[in-house]
Amino acid sequence: MDIFIQQLINGLTLGAVYAVVALGYTMVYGIIQLINFAHGDVVMVGAMVAFSVIVALAPLGLPPLVVVLVATGCAVLSCMLIGYAMERLAYRPLRGAPRLAPLITAIGVSIILQHLAMMIWSRNPLAFPQILKTQSYDIGGATITNVQIAILSISLAIMAGLVALVYRTRLGTAMRATAQNPQVAGLMGIDANRVIAFTFVIGAALAAVAGVMVASYYGIAHYAMGSQLGLKAFCAAVLGGIGNIPGAMLGGVLLGLVEALGAGYIGDLTGNVFGSNYQDVFAFIVLIGVLVLRPSGLLGERVGDRA
Amino acid sequence: MIRSHIGIAAIAAMACVSGCGEDKKAQTSGKLAIAIGSVAPLTGGIAHLGKDNENGARLAVEEANAAGIRIDGKEAVFQLLAEDDQEDAKVGNTVAQKLVDAKVAGVVGHLNSGTSIPASNIYSGANIPMITGSATNPELTERGLKGVFRVVGRDDQQGPAVANYLVANAKPKVVAIIDDATAYGKGLANEVEKTLKAAGVNVLAREQGTNKTVDWKAVLTKLKGRLPDAVFYGGMDSTAGPLLKQGKELGVKAVFSFGDGACTDKMGEFAGSAADGLLCSQAGIPPQAASKKFLDAYKKRFNVEPILYSPFTYDAANLLIEAMKGANSADPAKYLPVLQKIDFAGATGRISFDEKGDRKDAEMTIFTMKGGKLMPIAIIKGGKTVKYEDFIAQTAAPAADAAKK
Repeated sequence: MDIFIQQLINGLTLGAVYAVVALGYTMVYGIIQLINFAHGDVVMVGAMVAFSVIVALAPLGLPPLVVVLVATGCAVLSCMLIGYAMERLAYRPLRGAPRLAPLITAIGVSIILQHLAMMIWSRNPLAFPQILKTQSYDIGGATITNVQIAILSISLAIMAGLVALVYRTRLGTAMRATAQNPQVAGLMGIDANRVIAFTFVIGAALAAVAGVMVASYYGIAHYAMGSQLGLKAFCAAVLGGIGNIPGAMLGGVLLGLVEALGAGYIGDLTGNVFGSNYQDVFAFIVLIGVLVLRPSGLLGERVGDRA
Repeated sequence: MIRSHIGIAAIAAMACVSGCGEDKKAQTSGKLAIAIGSVAPLTGGIAHLGKDNENGARLAVEEANAAGIRIDGKEAVFQLLAEDDQEDAKVGNTVAQKLVDAKVAGVVGHLNSGTSIPASNIYSGANIPMITGSATNPELTERGLKGVFRVVGRDDQQGPAVANYLVANAKPKVVAIIDDATAYGKGLANEVEKTLKAAGVNVLAREQGTNKTVDWKAVLTKLKGRLPDAVFYGGMDSTAGPLLKQGKELGVKAVFSFGDGACTDKMGEFAGSAADGLLCSQAGIPPQAASKKFLDAYKKRFNVEPILYSPFTYDAANLLIEAMKGANSADPAKYLPVLQKIDFAGATGRISFDEKGDRKDAEMTIFTMKGGKLMPIAIIKGGKTVKYEDFIAQTAAPAADAAKK
C-alpha cells in the first residue's frame, strides 16, 4: 500500500507540472487556434534564467528562500518578455495566414530558442543549485519532500488564480470574447491584439514557474529539456480537450498518474513482458484511446471548425 | 614511401606562400614529414575531454620532434592534424576521410565508441592504423579489422570488474539493474548482470529508461518495494545524477553503482550529498596515476591538469612513433607488424596488444564518492584487485623506466 501511495505522490507531482505547462498550450490554442510548439522551450528558458540568477546571487549570502523568489521573479519577467516578443514578431504578422504557416513558425521559434540557449548556457547539463534543503516527510510509509509539496501547492494556486482571471475579471471576459469571435469582439471595443499578446504573456509566465519547479525537482537543467516536457504537456492539453482550461489541468494530472502507475505496475501486470521502458507508450495509448472515443478530449466541447 | 614524398610536397607548397627559399632547405637537409591525425570532439558537451585527448597526442608529437628522431636516415618531423568529430558519427566519418586524403601515417582517436566504430572502417580500408585512447565498446575490435587498436579496457571487462567489486565489498543478496536503452548503457548493464548471476546474486527484472529520462521516481518506487541491496545503472551522468538524487529522496537503502559514463565529478553536483558512497568504475587508470614524467610535462606544456584520457592518447601517439622507429619507416604497411608486436612502457604502464588489437591486461579503476569528489579506491588488472595506494607504489618503478626512454 505504501508503494501505491508513493506512486500516487510521484504521479501527482509530475502531473501538476504537466498541467501548468499544458495551460500555456491550451490558452493560446483557445484564443487563436495556434499550437505554440515553442512553449516547451519557454519553460527551459525559465529554468536557465533562474539557474543564472541563483548562481550569481549565491555568494551574497542571502536567505535561500529570498534567492529562489528573486530567481523565479527574474525567470517570470524574462519569459514574459520572450512570450510578448514571440507573439509580436513571429505570430502577429501571420495572423491572417493559413493555419500551417504559424505552426511551422512555432517550430522555427522553438529551434531558435533552443540554439540561443545552447550558445548562452552551453550544451552541458547544468546542475541546478539545491539551495533550499530537501526535507522528506512520511505519510503512510511513503515519503513526500518539501519540493514536491511546494510544486503541488504552487500549481494549485496557479490554476485557481487562472480560473479566477478568466472567469471573474474584465480581461478574462475579453479573452473569452476574443476566443469566440475576434471580429465581433473588436466591434465591441476589445483590442484583440492586446488580448492575444496578454494571453501569450500569461502563458509564458506560467511556463517560467514550471521551469523553475522542474529544474529544482530534478536538480538538473539542459538546453533541450523543454522539448520532451512540452510534448507531454501538449498531449495533456489534447487529452483534456485543447482550448479548455479545466481540461488542461485534468489532462496533466491524469497523464502524470498514468505514467507513474504505468511504470510502477506495467511490468508486474504483464509478467515483465513490458517493462518500465514502455511508460511513455502506455501514456500515449491512453491518449489515443481517449481520442478515439472522444475526439475533442475529455472536457472539450464538440464545436465545428471555425478556421 | 610515396606517402612521405607527398607530405614533403604539401609542406613545400605551404612554404611557398611565405617564400620559396625554405622548401629547398627542408629537402636538402633530408627531413621526413610525418603527419599523425588526432580526432576527438572539440566542440559540444564533452569538448573539454576532447581537448584533453588532443593535448595528450600533441605532447607526444612535440616531444618526438624535440628528440630529433631519425627514420630512414632522415630527421623525422612529426605534425599533428587535430580534427573535431563533434561526437557525431557522420562528422566523424567525414573527418576520417579528410585525414585519409591528407595521407596521415596513423591516427590517435576517436574519443567516443559511437564515432570510433564507423571511422575504423575508413582507416582500415585505407590501411592506416588507428589507436583509440578512450573508446571502450567491444565491437570496435571485434570485427577483425586490420590496424585497429585501443589502449584502454573494454566494457565487457569493465562490467565484470565493477560487478565483482560490488559482490566482494557490498555483499548484496538482491541487485536491481537499470539501463538507459543505449548501446553503451544496455551493453554494460548486460555484462554486470551476467557476472552478478554467475556469483549467485538474485538480479531483479531489468528496468529501463531512456538517455533523456530525468524522472526515475516511478521506477525507483517500484524497486524500493523489492528491497534491493544494490542498484546498478548503465548510463551517462546527466541521467544518473537525477536517478541518484531521487533514490536517496525516496529512501532507497541500497549501494548505487555506475559505469564510466556516470563516473565523473559531475555526479556530486547533480546529486549533492546523495552522491556520497557511490561506487563507480572507469576503464583505465585515473590520470593522476599516470607516470610522473607525463604529468609534469603535461602541466608544463598546457598549464592545466590532465582530465581523463590524455595519458592514454599520449601513449597512443607514442606507440605509433615507437613502431615507426622500430620499423625505420613511416609506411603503415611496414610499421604495422611492429606495432602489433610492440611491448612499450608508457605513461599508463606496460602496453602490448592481443591479436584483436586490445590492450593486454588493461586496468579498471573503482571509485567512490566522498564529499562530492571521486576517490580511486582500487585498480583491477587481470582479474586481480589491488588497493589504489598499493598500485601507485608499484607504478613508481615502470614510470621511472619510461623516463629513461
